[in-house]
Amino acid sequence: MSISPAPLGSRAEVLRIEGVDKVFGGTVVALKGLSLTVNGGDFISLLGPSGCGKSTALRLIADLIHPTRGRITWSGGQAAGDLGVVFQEPTLMPWATVAQNVWLPFRLRGKSYASVKDDILEALKLVGLERFQNAYPRELSGGMKMRVSIARAMVTKPRLILMDEPFAALDEITRFRLNNDLLALKDKIGCTVIFVTHSVFESVFLSDRIVVMAARPGRVIRELTVDAPYPRDEDFRTSPEYAAHCRAASDALHEAMEGEAA
Amino acid sequence: MSIVEENTSAVSDVDDEELRRRRARKIDKIGKWTLPVVVLVITLFFWDRLVVWNEIPHYILPGPGLVFSTLVADWPILFDALLVTLQITLMALAVAVIGGVGLAVLFTQSRWMEMSFYPYAVILQVTPIVAIAPLIFIYVDSRIAGLLLCAWLVAFFPVLSNTTLGLNSADHNLRDLFRIYGATRWQTLRFLQLPSALPYFLGGLRIAGGLSLIGAVVAEYVAGTGGIGSGLAFRILEAGYRLNIPRMFAALILIAVTGVVIFAGLSFISHLLLRKWHESALKREG
Repeated sequence: MSISPAPLGSRAEVLRIEGVDKVFGGTVVALKGLSLTVNGGDFISLLGPSGCGKSTALRLIADLIHPTRGRITWSGGQAAGDLGVVFQEPTLMPWATVAQNVWLPFRLRGKSYASVKDDILEALKLVGLERFQNAYPRELSGGMKMRVSIARAMVTKPRLILMDEPFAALDEITRFRLNNDLLALKDKIGCTVIFVTHSVFESVFLSDRIVVMAARPGRVIRELTVDAPYPRDEDFRTSPEYAAHCRAASDALHEAMEGEAA
Repeated sequence: MSIVEENTSAVSDVDDEELRRRRARKIDKIGKWTLPVVVLVITLFFWDRLVVWNEIPHYILPGPGLVFSTLVADWPILFDALLVTLQITLMALAVAVIGGVGLAVLFTQSRWMEMSFYPYAVILQVTPIVAIAPLIFIYVDSRIAGLLLCAWLVAFFPVLSNTTLGLNSADHNLRDLFRIYGATRWQTLRFLQLPSALPYFLGGLRIAGGLSLIGAVVAEYVAGTGGIGSGLAFRILEAGYRLNIPRMFAALILIAVTGVVIFAGLSFISHLLLRKWHESALKREG
């Protein structure tokens, strides 16, 4: 059994966010009027300064918190395993092996290890860690732990993967490699991703849509399209096209931070 | 970690500085075992000399030789007493584990339960056992049950408080992940909270092991009844009344050794359970 692009490759609408506000404690407006339609195969970056509600948006989509106003709807309804999440930290269970960690989404649905073993190994293979299936997280480097976390998010072949600054804590070299690998992965399985970041370069390199957000109150101020075709490789990083997109995203980010003290 | 080890053994041309460091480490290692033994031998020697030189009578301070021979001579009596104390201690520890973990799980599953009963658990803990024990022996007919109850009262709290802390210490992102994947309460408890609590529980268990021995001994003192089936504490009391000081020392040594063995055993169990993944059980180079 392999992770096939067939149902995932479709460009059909996956998720629709309509006029969502989130107010904490009755006074703190974390997010105002967020509307976004996510289509199959999209790689959307939420880019903005801290406090702009990027993470709040992800938590709303993950149904960990509920919107004060507005609606978030999955087209065709949400089933178990439709959503995969990667946090800023690898968030692995230290007492479980790599394979057992990747097993978690299935295990919580009552599936035995034997019945999903192939999917687990396939996911580990995709992130290049099939040799480490019996290792414990402490034996892995930061980048490898993050790969396990990505494998866990992908193993159920979710319709949408949420990533909350997953590479922010890693060093630049590891980060570049994981960026490349993530795109290779997207190419292979055609997943749909919403990616929160505060790095202009990362957002331009990875995504085809960049949603630029501003803080106080958290809101969308601009949506940019990066029309460079996938697969993108190292050459894209040095192309004038890339530089131009970075420029545009950077300008939008400055606009978002206007009037804010640094 | 294993990579580091391979490297150090592969490098043969180390400089003097490194050799000195290695020698220091080796001496450290040997010292860890030999120094306590040396201290013991010196102490026993001076104890013996103190008694001989000052001609102290054995009903005031017996020499180490006499204590040892008493230990051997009185072994049948002392060993029976040890078994009784050990039985109470281990039963109390078992009940403390069941009660402590059970209450901790109950508390984390229901805020109402915690709010209702936690203050009373604290009150039980802070009230000295010697103050409660006489009452217990008035109301509880069975001596064994009374002893067990006393030892349990002393021992269960560290298990309860540590396990509660552990159950609430599960990683917040992992909790979110479990929610996203629609985990049931039972699954969250079984796959996330209980493993997270394990190192905390084992820490509490080691404390509880020592405390249940203390609880058993204190309760025996208070119960104070003799005859068949009496434990080490009673033997100490009895020997005191008869001015049989060497036997008091012998019984005391047995209690101390028992405490050490319980602690070492629990530490070993803890190491076995945590060695694969927990920071506390990992060896660090350098």
